[in-house]
Amino acid sequence: MFAIGLYSISIVLLIISFIKDKQKTRMALNKSWKSFISILPAFAGVLALVGLVLTILTPEIISGIIGANTGIIGMIVTSIIGAITLIPGFVAFPLAASLLQKGAGVMQIAVFVSTLMMVGFVTMPLEMKYFGKKETILRNLFAYIFSFIVAFVIGMVVS
Amino acid sequence: MKTLKPYFLFILIIVADIIILLNNVKLGTLIFKSTYMNFSEMLGVIPPIFLLLGLFDVWVPRETIIRFMGEESGITGVLLSIFLGAAAAGPLYGAFPVAGIMIKKGARFSNILIFLGAWSTLKIPMFLFEISSLGVKFAVTRWLVDIIGVILMALVIDRLISGDEKLEIYRKHAEESICSTKR
Repeated sequence: MFAIGLYSISIVLLIISFIKDKQKTRMALNKSWKSFISILPAFAGVLALVGLVLTILTPEIISGIIGANTGIIGMIVTSIIGAITLIPGFVAFPLAASLLQKGAGVMQIAVFVSTLMMVGFVTMPLEMKYFGKKETILRNLFAYIFSFIVAFVIGMVVS
Repeated sequence: MKTLKPYFLFILIIVADIIILLNNVKLGTLIFKSTYMNFSEMLGVIPPIFLLLGLFDVWVPRETIIRFMGEESGITGVLLSIFLGAAAAGPLYGAFPVAGIMIKKGARFSNILIFLGAWSTLKIPMFLFEISSLGVKFAVTRWLVDIIGVILMALVIDRLISGDEKLEIYRKHAEESICSTKR
């Protein structure tokens, strides 16, 4: 759905651009292609890594670990899983909801959701290519610590 | 050998996948299936993003971005960065090339960080979905704490990265475009 929208918008804009200025449009396409090709190796590596890691860490294993633990140790476990995996939101939220129903703690789930969205351990090589080592390490480290703060606040508000 | 070097990680993992496949056909097949799905998901989002970036690069003048998101953009830049990130969809790695082009066009570094933060965690479509699965209290609390956190973290990281290091990042993105125009 989102992909279709994105494709339609870009194709419409491309046509408008082409009508307005052919030369500029050719330049734009050239730039798009060059930047895509230069980042493709990093993308391919990361996507393959995700495919490998996510298959070994099945939802069953993940839910087993979250369900078994509570307290700060449970939070550390869920935060590490969240930081490493790259589950899309539309899979992660229902998973989180069902884990909550099965008795997992709100804070464990909150820290999982937050690290999942903000910390990207496997995408770090890609991020470094764009913004350098320091930004990548700082952003991911801060986001990891911050996820615990978010979780504690959610824990206070929700329960 | 030189042309293969960028693909080192990819090749390494595919080799690992093949070793797993030879030892455990079922698990190996699953890994290849999931890798294939990741690639098809990426192909759904990434090509149009790069197409839009190319058009953006050619049509939007640097001055416009500097005015709205540059060093002197103030609160406008902050709000615009949050809005652009939150209106997006798709995984965080989709934000990297977009942020790259913003750097090239002269957006302020802290605004880039706010944009990345907003994209990672404040996305509106995801927020609506989160409400329906985890409840209003959970989602709204997370969103409110996150919006403060995203801005604060961006400002702190912006301080921790020195001017020289930023210059290096900006120079890298500027150079890449020069190369592509020359060819």
